[in-house]
Amino acid sequence: MRLRAAGVSILLATALAAAAAPAIAPNLPAEQFRDHLYAPPMRVHVFDDGGRIRLPFVYPIALVDRLGRRFEEDRTQVRTLVWFADGQLVQVADPADGPLLLLGADQLGRDVFSRLLLGARASLGVAVVAAILALLVGGLFGAAAGTVGGLTDELLMRLADFVLVLPALYVVLALRSVTPLVLSSSEVFALMTGVFAVVGWPYVARGVRAIVVSERRQDYALAARAIGVGRWRLLTRHLLPASFGFLAVQATLLIPGFILAEATLSFVGLGFAAPTASWGVMLQEASNIRAIADFPWLLSPAATIVMVVLGINLVMRADRAHEPLRWVGRG
Amino acid sequence: MSQRAFLRYLLRRLAFALVLVFLVSSGALLLTHLAPGDATSELRRPGVRDETVALERAKLGLDRSFVAQYMDWVVGLARLDLGRSTRYGRPVADLLAERTGNTALLAAVALSVASVVGLWAGIASASRPAGFARPLISGVSIVAVSVPPLLASLLLALLAARTGWFPVGGISSVDTDGLSWIARVIDVTWHLALPAFAVALPLAATIDRLQSRAMEEALGATYVRAAVGRGIPWRRVVWGHALPVAIRPVLGVYGIILGGVFSGSFAVEIVTAWPGLGQLMYEALVSRDIYLVSGCAIAGSLFLALGNLFSDVALLVVDPRLRASS
Repeated sequence: MRLRAAGVSILLATALAAAAAPAIAPNLPAEQFRDHLYAPPMRVHVFDDGGRIRLPFVYPIALVDRLGRRFEEDRTQVRTLVWFADGQLVQVADPADGPLLLLGADQLGRDVFSRLLLGARASLGVAVVAAILALLVGGLFGAAAGTVGGLTDELLMRLADFVLVLPALYVVLALRSVTPLVLSSSEVFALMTGVFAVVGWPYVARGVRAIVVSERRQDYALAARAIGVGRWRLLTRHLLPASFGFLAVQATLLIPGFILAEATLSFVGLGFAAPTASWGVMLQEASNIRAIADFPWLLSPAATIVMVVLGINLVMRADRAHEPLRWVGRG
Repeated sequence: MSQRAFLRYLLRRLAFALVLVFLVSSGALLLTHLAPGDATSELRRPGVRDETVALERAKLGLDRSFVAQYMDWVVGLARLDLGRSTRYGRPVADLLAERTGNTALLAAVALSVASVVGLWAGIASASRPAGFARPLISGVSIVAVSVPPLLASLLLALLAARTGWFPVGGISSVDTDGLSWIARVIDVTWHLALPAFAVALPLAATIDRLQSRAMEEALGATYVRAAVGRGIPWRRVVWGHALPVAIRPVLGVYGIILGGVFSGSFAVEIVTAWPGLGQLMYEALVSRDIYLVSGCAIAGSLFLALGNLFSDVALLVVDPRLRASS
């Protein structure tokens, strides 16, 4: 139970951070600080050189060795952090004197922390919207197959089986790469959610169909039919509500898979593209092995993805140890 | 199940597999054909005349109707001729032969490691309810299941680049020509370690979770209590009585797990420059190499279908109830 609470708090914190990203991010995600290419994360201090406790502050950092990309703190200047000013959660008093880089900067001198926050919107947004879409389509098809039966049922379920046997990641890859390669961010967003829904719906449809078919034979459904409740009303008022628990579980299974799918697609250059910040784009930009070795903070999107997936797994853990299997199949 | 019935079952499944492979590769062919652009798109630059492009298209046979191209491909397929890759200028079958082996090696090693570690961990944690093994294993496995191969391989690449213990990419060192075969095997193994680990990590955790759950259920059964009551040592009860029952649900999902290996190896191949099928497929897709795409689809779906078949046959072997019913 404690683990589940930990999972819930991880997810809530992430959702909150993504929702409030512009207010939390100290810098603009695309802003380039030319003097801070590959700058390391700044340390937040509470003790100054004299050993006295102060409000949290940072020392500005400056490049001291151009070739080795070594930065050092300028210990003569103390920059106290300012909280809740100008609609920003935290910022240095005068950003013009040098940016606040809590997780360092990337090869263009952009703030990794701010990009991570804004990237959460793109990455989690795609995953959540795609999951909702997959639930809707899957729920609709499953309900149709379960109520209408006959040929519709047969066709829909064979189609679902066909999609299910294919490795989801390859289907995503194929569908994405046969559409125009260069698109705007919003087009990429729409396309990715659509493609993810295509691979996600069969899981939902099969479950919903099974639930609808078995619930229809329950006494309460027969009773409802007997007092003259129509088919549609029976479905929407009685049968579909029975599958809500199942749908909730499905959502928690689909979302990690979709987060990863976004990361993988963007990583190979088929997802979001610069200058949009998403976790996959950031990983792609970090994928130069030399850069990773020297500037490990560029891998922070990997850490956030693991954190979110772990959060979801912790929430799920208690009752269904066998379920995470399904998203492993998605890469 | 009689031998003949088994043979019939096997043949039916093989026929289904072939139909699936044909459908998937035809679908891939159609998709690539419908995609905007074709193999000559990169040729269209300022300064290149339209006639040159048209000539190249004619040379590659891209100017004919899709139906004509498709019929040619199907006829070729019947003779096991998969066409030529436009990107590499070589027969698709040759390319597939090279790359499929590499992916199969990666997948086989990863799957074996994941199975051994996962099964052992699952059995160990379920059969020792007291003690530190259980919380330790379940803790490690819930973290491991959350680290997908893409991220695992990036993190391992970081480790490799910082320590120099392992090569960060590729399948072999540059200068292996003069080496004995033993040295070459060691060289490939050394290169294989990180990618295989990255693919195996979440799989081992998944198998562990499945196995420990199934094992727990089996150990709670009355026949286990009866065996313990007769004085059979715990170790023998676990391995001899409960395991044959508990391994069935795990074997039953090996087909899905294989899909996981396959998807996982895609990301790993890209990150660690492992020259496998995933990389080839990606290159083929973005360069609109139409026959190479369908060739990769054939290799991939065949691989999966056979894996599924293999897992079902294994299930049939260990589960007498299934044999009796089919």
